[in-house]
Amino acid sequence: MTIGPNDAVVCRGLTYTFRRGRRKGGDTKAVDGVDLTVRAGEVFGLLGPNGAGKTTTIRAITTLLPTASGMVRVFGHDAAGRRSEVRRLLGYVPQQLSADAGLTGRENVALFARVFDVPRAERSARVAQALAAVDLTEAADRSAGTYSGGMVRRLELAQALVSAPRLLVLDEPTIGLDPIARASVWERVDAVRRATGMTVLVTTHYMDEADRHCDRIALMDRGRIRALGTPEELKARVREQDAALPDPTLDDVFRHFSGRGLARGESAEGDFNDVRRTRRTANRVG
Amino acid sequence: MSAGPVAQPTASADAPDLGLLLVPPPLRTGWRQVPARVAAMCVVELQKLRHDRTEVYTRAIQPALWLLIFGETFTRLKAIPTDGIPYLDYLAPGIIAQSAMFVAIFYGIMIIWERDSGVLTKLLVTPTPRAALVTGKAFAAGVKAVIQAVVVVLLAAVLGVAMTWNPLRLLGVVAVVVLGSAFFSCLSMTIAGIVLTRDRLMGIGQAITMPLFFGSNALYPVDLMPGWLQAISLANPLSYQVDALRGLLIGTPSHLLLDFGVLTLATALGITSASALLGRLAR
Repeated sequence: MTIGPNDAVVCRGLTYTFRRGRRKGGDTKAVDGVDLTVRAGEVFGLLGPNGAGKTTTIRAITTLLPTASGMVRVFGHDAAGRRSEVRRLLGYVPQQLSADAGLTGRENVALFARVFDVPRAERSARVAQALAAVDLTEAADRSAGTYSGGMVRRLELAQALVSAPRLLVLDEPTIGLDPIARASVWERVDAVRRATGMTVLVTTHYMDEADRHCDRIALMDRGRIRALGTPEELKARVREQDAALPDPTLDDVFRHFSGRGLARGESAEGDFNDVRRTRRTANRVG
Repeated sequence: MSAGPVAQPTASADAPDLGLLLVPPPLRTGWRQVPARVAAMCVVELQKLRHDRTEVYTRAIQPALWLLIFGETFTRLKAIPTDGIPYLDYLAPGIIAQSAMFVAIFYGIMIIWERDSGVLTKLLVTPTPRAALVTGKAFAAGVKAVIQAVVVVLLAAVLGVAMTWNPLRLLGVVAVVVLGSAFFSCLSMTIAGIVLTRDRLMGIGQAITMPLFFGSNALYPVDLMPGWLQAISLANPLSYQVDALRGLLIGTPSHLLLDFGVLTLATALGITSASALLGRLAR
């Protein structure tokens, strides 16, 4: 297998099984032979319902899982063996609201400048630029506890940006946000990407966001990639194969490739923890 | 859909300058990484305390009550042989150690909270070795405990406890308090890495706090204990912490070298075990 110089992330045969006792429902294969390539500079969306394996895939890429079978490389570095090199290239925003409400916005970003070894001489300038990039300059010295859900998400983006990552990983960045806050988060992601050329890997439930903001998407269901391509390519494939859908949406595309819909109520997958995490995040931003 | 990758930043009149965000910070390697992370964690702890001092005040209540109620009563009872030292003087270093331990022993709950809120995951995805992260947290607990100790020292001084004001000895007190808290917070983070949930950790934390405290020399000399309890006390780092604090603060005969040695070794073991188990929390 070859890895091109323009490949930001390459996964081949990625498989991960959560080992659980029989009392807890037995082993669960969360990711089952995932192959995907994220090209440098693109916005790549990983889509699917709760329990599809998106977060486990992200965890393998962000070096958080113990060695999984298969291979994951980030800009050529092995995510299982060369963790430190990979981490240096990553900016990561987890699904949960992870900014510290006991600190100001500026202090939240400064912590990440410190743990990424930003020299003292340029620390405050770099923190200020990261805050400006997400439009939080005016609110920077307020406690993050007073921020709205959208502002917290943008603050987390600033935390991830302060180390000038080559790969920005966003796990459900707009979950639970109202449409205006969702738009403001995407506006900043798009602006930062235009300005820096960084690669963005994003997971989302929202098909409309993926359609509008992602260069390419992978549809994931039950641990496998069901389809991969640009939103237009995927829609064209559905148009060719299903005459009843002359103008398919991404939801139709998902239904076509996975055999079921992604809309609420049709995909009650994901274990207790998945659902609890999603609800908790939604509660905190809402 | 967004445009293709752009290598250079686009200049625009209203766009903020993002020049620094294009250059990754220089790599810091080797031994300098750990002190830098420890400093980062301690700074965060101090910033939080600066914004909200409630914790400092509320945590001062319990040691104050120990000194006021238990200390004053037992001073009158004269039931505990303390080699001629007023019981309140004898008790004050024990209460400093106890209040520092109480701060640290529930640090694992904070780690679990940080796991649930995504903070821990985010920190684990930075180029920070796990041992450096744990050491940082452990010393941050030490910073909190030192503030706690200052409150108890001042309170004890008000109650008339004759303590040293020798700056060197006080520096020694700071070192002992930081080491003790670092150990107990690592113990707590180790348990957190094993039990993984807040409820279980609360139960275990409460179960071990009592024997650690009463099975030490914080309230009475070890000689008064039955033989089996004396043996347990020998393995209890809190006893060494209290012994050092008593020696430094009120000048009782102590074994400073042994005390520092045991506390340093215990902290090193604690950091090793907590960092080995930290990854379990992020899965």
